Amino acid sequence: MFAAENGLKGDPRLQAISDAIRVVPHFPKQGIMFQDITTLLLDHKAFKHTIDIFVDRYRDMDISVIAGVEARGFMFGPSIALAIGAKFVPLRKPKKLPGEVISEAYELEYGTDCLEMHVGAVPPGERVIVIDDLVATGGTLSAAIRLLERVGAQVVECACVIGLPEVKGQRRLNGKPLYILVEPREIDGCC
Amino acid sequence: MSAYRDKDPLIHGIQSKIRVVPNFPKPGIMFQDITTLLLDPKAFKDTVDLFVERYKGKNISVVAGIEARGFIFGPPIALEIGAKFVPLRKPKKLPGKVISEEYVLEYGKDCLEMHVGAVEPGERALVVDDLIATGGTLCAAMQLLERVGAEVVECACVIELPDLKGRERLNGKPLYVLVESR
Repeated sequence: MFAAENGLKGDPRLQAISDAIRVVPHFPKQGIMFQDITTLLLDHKAFKHTIDIFVDRYRDMDISVIAGVEARGFMFGPSIALAIGAKFVPLRKPKKLPGEVISEAYELEYGTDCLEMHVGAVPPGERVIVIDDLVATGGTLSAAIRLLERVGAQVVECACVIGLPEVKGQRRLNGKPLYILVEPREIDGCC
Repeated sequence: MSAYRDKDPLIHGIQSKIRVVPNFPKPGIMFQDITTLLLDPKAFKDTVDLFVERYKGKNISVVAGIEARGFIFGPPIALEIGAKFVPLRKPKKLPGKVISEEYVLEYGKDCLEMHVGAVEPGERALVVDDLIATGGTLCAAMQLLERVGAEVVECACVIELPDLKGRERLNGKPLYVLVESR
């Protein structure tokens, strides 16, 4: 569900956020128009707008955990967590987290990958938002949801800055609401 | 310089939230795990606030964070002090044009990359990571910034492992840490 359809229609901050995102053609491979959020992070105002929109949405929803997907989820999640007084839980690639972890595999275009979370980081019943920079097929976010549900947490919503066409029209992912700020940008003319 | 003498109660609170995991990633290493700090909203906020207090109003326009745990601390600091956040990443993660700096590991080499154009000459920059050990990664980070003409004002880490003498590797650049771990 896009922010513009959900109370923020015409909000100029969304345009500023969209304008700050850079499109890099053919990365990491031919045919992919990569949505680069690093330029958003270089624009202090637009970056702040991004965080503010999520904070405004989640501050009164009794959220106790923000779970961020490595690595770009780490760039947005902690600031949101700090503002709403929630914990930040990193969901990481294999073998990065020390100590006891649980793992969830998910499918890539070719092959599989794996997401890990610390055992004990999220007690049962806690209300969680999962955050990442972008949702494409939803594979990674689905794995994140499964990890959290396995420990008895309640995933309230998945939040992403950008939502690719595959999820357009989908209000839910694995039955969980999806909240997205902007659509991908195109490049004028092409490369 | 470390914070811990003059901000004792806050620092003590932060230090008590850092979990030590023995023999990770390999035998003999006492891993300083900051994820437990992130599970304590007050201690995490105190951590960020200590850095913000130090750097606000010092005309710092860039906070460069080292992948991946530098991405957790850097952006909140950048947002509070009005600076850009620049991620310094492992190879092939950043799209588009990058500059690379190689550095030596205990066994072998690794490489840190930064986007061309992210930082302009003359900008005043901080480098942020969760921890300084030997200083190799921080050194590579500083090199990247200096190569594009930025001025590295200070390196900022939550934790220092003083026995590894990373501070000495920083070529005279100041280092600010909150917690020392021996």
